[in-house]
Order: sequence, then C-alpha cells, then structure tokens
Amino acid sequence: MRRVGGGFLALIALTLPLWLPSAYHLHVAIMAGIFGVLALSLNLLLGYTGQLSLGHAAFFGIGAYTSALLTLTLEWSFWPALAAAIALAGAAGWFIGRLSLKLRGAYFVLVTISFAGVISLVSVNWIELTNGPLGLPGVPAPELGPWSLRTKTTYYYLVLAAVALSYAVSRRLVGSRIGRAFVALRENEALAESIGVDVTHYLVLAAVVSAAMAGLGGSLYAHYTRFVSPEVFLFSYTVTMVIMVVAGGKGTLAGPLVGAVLFTALPEVLRAATSWQWQMLAYGVLLVLLVVFMPRGIVPHINAAFSRTPRP
Amino acid sequence: MEQLLQHLVNGLVLGGTYALLGIGLTLIFGLMNVVNFAHGEFYTLGAYAAFAALGWAGVDFFTAVLAAIAAGAALGWLCEVTLLRPLRSESIDTTMLVMIGVWIAMQNGELLVWGGVAKSIPHPFPTAPLVLGPVAIAPLRLFVLLIAAGLIAASWLLIQKTKLGRAMRATFQDRDTAALMGVGIGRIHAATFAFGSALAAAAGALLGPVFLAYPSMGDLASLKAFSVVILGGLGNLPGATLGGLLLGVAEELGAGYISSGYRDAVGFVIIILVLLFRPAGLFARQERIA
Repeated sequence: MRRVGGGFLALIALTLPLWLPSAYHLHVAIMAGIFGVLALSLNLLLGYTGQLSLGHAAFFGIGAYTSALLTLTLEWSFWPALAAAIALAGAAGWFIGRLSLKLRGAYFVLVTISFAGVISLVSVNWIELTNGPLGLPGVPAPELGPWSLRTKTTYYYLVLAAVALSYAVSRRLVGSRIGRAFVALRENEALAESIGVDVTHYLVLAAVVSAAMAGLGGSLYAHYTRFVSPEVFLFSYTVTMVIMVVAGGKGTLAGPLVGAVLFTALPEVLRAATSWQWQMLAYGVLLVLLVVFMPRGIVPHINAAFSRTPRP
Repeated sequence: MEQLLQHLVNGLVLGGTYALLGIGLTLIFGLMNVVNFAHGEFYTLGAYAAFAALGWAGVDFFTAVLAAIAAGAALGWLCEVTLLRPLRSESIDTTMLVMIGVWIAMQNGELLVWGGVAKSIPHPFPTAPLVLGPVAIAPLRLFVLLIAAGLIAASWLLIQKTKLGRAMRATFQDRDTAALMGVGIGRIHAATFAFGSALAAAAGALLGPVFLAYPSMGDLASLKAFSVVILGGLGNLPGATLGGLLLGVAEELGAGYISSGYRDAVGFVIIILVLLFRPAGLFARQERIA
C-alpha cells in the first residue's frame, strides 16, 4: 500500500509540467522543490540529532553566493560551481559544528543565529566581493552538455533530481548505523555516549551533510532566479525551513517534503484568496492553529491515525 | 576622550532599554523554557500603543508609557493562557514554532493597522541637549534612561521581595518541587509571560520617540534581547541588566570606532565569543534567578 502510494506520488511529480495549467504554477512547483531540499537538510539536524539550527539561511546563502560568484567572475560553468557551492557550505557546516559542539539546546540555536547574522552583514558590507545590497544580477542559467536548462520545464526536472538525491541521501543516512547514532544522541546523549557513540564525530557529520545539502539548495536558487542579493540570508528563509520541518513532521523523511509543498503553496493560495495585507497575517494564524492542533506535525498525525498500534 | 565619554553616555541610554528587553526575555526563557521569538513584537506593540494613546486618547507622555505597559501585560497574559498553556508538555521546538506564528501574525497585524510608513511619536521634551561638562544628552534620552533604571529596580524588587517573586524563583529552580509546595505553576507562567511582555512594551514605548515606530522594528529588538540573555546567563536578572548596558556600550563603540555598517554585528560576535568561552554567561553564579 505504502509502495503503491509512493509510486503514485513519483508519477505525479514526474508528469507535473504536463498538466499544470501555467508557468506560474510551475514556478511554485520549482520553489517547492528547492525548499524541499532545504527542509530535508534542516531535518537531518533538527529531526534526527535534535539540534535546532536557526542559521540555516547562512548555508543556503553561502551556496547561492559561491555559485553566483564563480560563474560570474571566474566564468566557471554550472556543474563545477554547484560542486563548489556544496563543498563550501559543507565546510561552513564543519566550522559551525566544531565551534558549537559543546553547546546544546537554546545555546546552539543562538550560535547558529549569530553566525547567520554575521555572514549576512558581511554580504552587505563587503562591497568589492558581493556588490553589497545591490546584489549580483545576471547569474547564468545552467547547461547540460550542449543543452541549456533555461526553460522552467527543464529546470523543474533539475530541481526534482536534486530533491530525489537529497531524499536518497537522507534515507540512506538515517537507515544506517550513522542514523541510529543520530537518534540515540537525540533521545539520550549520556546513554549514547556511554555505549560508545562518539558524540562530537556524529554531530559534526550531521552538520556537514546538512549544510552541504542547504548549499545545493542555494546554488539551485541562484541559477533559477538568476540574481543573488543579501536577501538570501534573510531570517525569514530559516523560519520558513523550520516551519516546513516542524509542521510537516520532524524526524520523518516525508514530513519535510509535505511541509515544503504545503508552505510554498499556502502563501500563494492566500494571496489569491485575500488581499495582500491579510496574506501573511492569515499565514501566521494558520501556523499557530496547526501547531496547537497537531503539535508533532502533519505526517506523524496521519501515521498515528492510520496505524492501530500506538506509536512510542 | 570627550568623544569616548559621549559614546559611553549614548551607549548607556541604548543599553538601558536593551536591559529591559533582556530581563523580560531571560525570565520567559529561563522560567518557561520558551524561545520567545515574539518578544520583539511586544516591543513594537509598546511603541504603537504609546503612539495610539498620545494621538487618539490625547493623554500625556507619561500616561502613554503606562498604557503601553498595560497593553503588553494584557496581550502577554492572553498569549500564555490561550497558546502556551495547552502546549506546556510539548517540546521546546513546538512552543518556539507557535511563537514564530505569533511573531508573523502580530507583525503583519501591525502592518495592517498602521501601514508600512514609519511613525514619529511626539514627546513633550525640549530638543536642545543638556550639556553636562564634556557630554551632551537630549532630555528625552535622559528620561528614557531614568525610567528604564526605575523599571529595572522595580523588577528586581518584584523578584526579590514579593511572594510572587519568591514563587517565580522557586519555579525556576525546580518546577516539580515548587508545584508540590503549592505553587500554582499555571499562574506563575502567566504572570511571568505578562511581566516579561510588559517590560518589552515599556522598552518600545521609551525607544519609540527616540527613533521611529515601524512594523518590523521588533525583529532587531528580538535579536538584541537574545544577545543580552546570553551575555547575562539564563534567568539571571542582574546579569541581564549588566549585559544590556554592556551591549549598548559595545555597539556604540563599535559603530563609533570601527564602522557603522557593522554596528549590529557587535552583538552577534559577542554572542559567539561568550558562548564559546563562558557558556553560562559572563556573570554566572550559583543561584540563577535573582
């Protein structure tokens, strides 16, 4: 049953550009895919190791700027720039992981917020490199061999491939020894350490993989919108990722994707249904209601409703 | 030297309001374990409440500040009772997400009511600065500093000398034991949240006339409040006071001597350094809510 459902969803995702009515809907689908990558990335840290990063926009932004700068100033092509974006964001994740491995809970949250704050201010003030608040226009569209991936339809498939890759990496990681070590850390760190789980090693590993994945999302975003400015570091990006993961269901693989689709589509639906002043107000109120009625997220709620045995 | 003194005075004025923000947040964060991202919105609420009281009700400035404090306390109490109380057994991420929702809703509600154009809040003080030897200070800023100092002292008395304050300290130390001793945890949480929000609203009403009131003014205020909490240590009231003053002065010095573009970076760098080297706060002591 679950396998049939998954196949059905994959079929819908693969044929989406064929039956979506307009380019605008395809744009929303592409953004949902990019946010899907970001939500999966945050979920590795928040959902599996239990560490909340509120600086995830920093890794996203580092990926976006790296890719944009390499293609614009050094005229690299898309694929090596993408690889560099992933690598540099991963390196930043390693740095933050090493820095903050002694800190837990609220303190870890604050180091990640501060890191993102500093990086964001650097992007505004280091004008020689980043062109400051004016940003970097004209980021080239990616190419695959002789073909340009400029059209929305081809870009949709590129993003879909990235989502599939991120999902596969998450799934592989979570199902392995490493994933069980993550969960052990989340549930009881002292106990995990006492049976030989190397806390530092696994937390840094989770931070690196998560940050690299966010860098992938950043690079895809830069080459899609073709423009990068300090706005990529906005705290609202991080907040959106957190909303997607927690409301979708942290610590599940499907939850972040459900959250990404829902919370990319929701503002658009609200914009169509109400005037712009009410749009974000309604978004905030809906978020509050969702958390009050489904505090553990949508996917765990649905799972609990469909399975008879109570979950631990 | 004169320039340095002037920076110090400006830093103290700023720092006094940071301390108010920080005290409110450190109580909420330390006692309730809620990462309150809506804290800055209560600051914004305070500024607009003062603006409304002055413009619509036509009261004097002092009464307007009191009205802002009352508005902050009332909305904070409502927030705790309707949203946080049902989620008390949930994880810290869940309550944080609710407060993120409150933050988005409040900020856009303010945008809806007041519009995006910044409002200037009128005040009765003369604009000519008082010159005290080498430094000059606007009378409004002096008033802000004095009221902030008074509110900080009042908070300290409340925590130290009243029965409610004793119950709050007991809850902070050990919630279960406090409950067993007959402390009504629900009442304490509601009081703490209302009190913290009232202090944030007071800071907004005080700084509003110094700068301008606009819907997104709370975002930076939240971050400053978190910096102050980190500097002072969780639940540490004197720590938050000193941390607030320190942050205000450090920002003024950073803006004055390094670059005004990096003014807000000072707070972030302080957070990172303090957490790395003194994670319990700069002024860590044994008893942490006092």
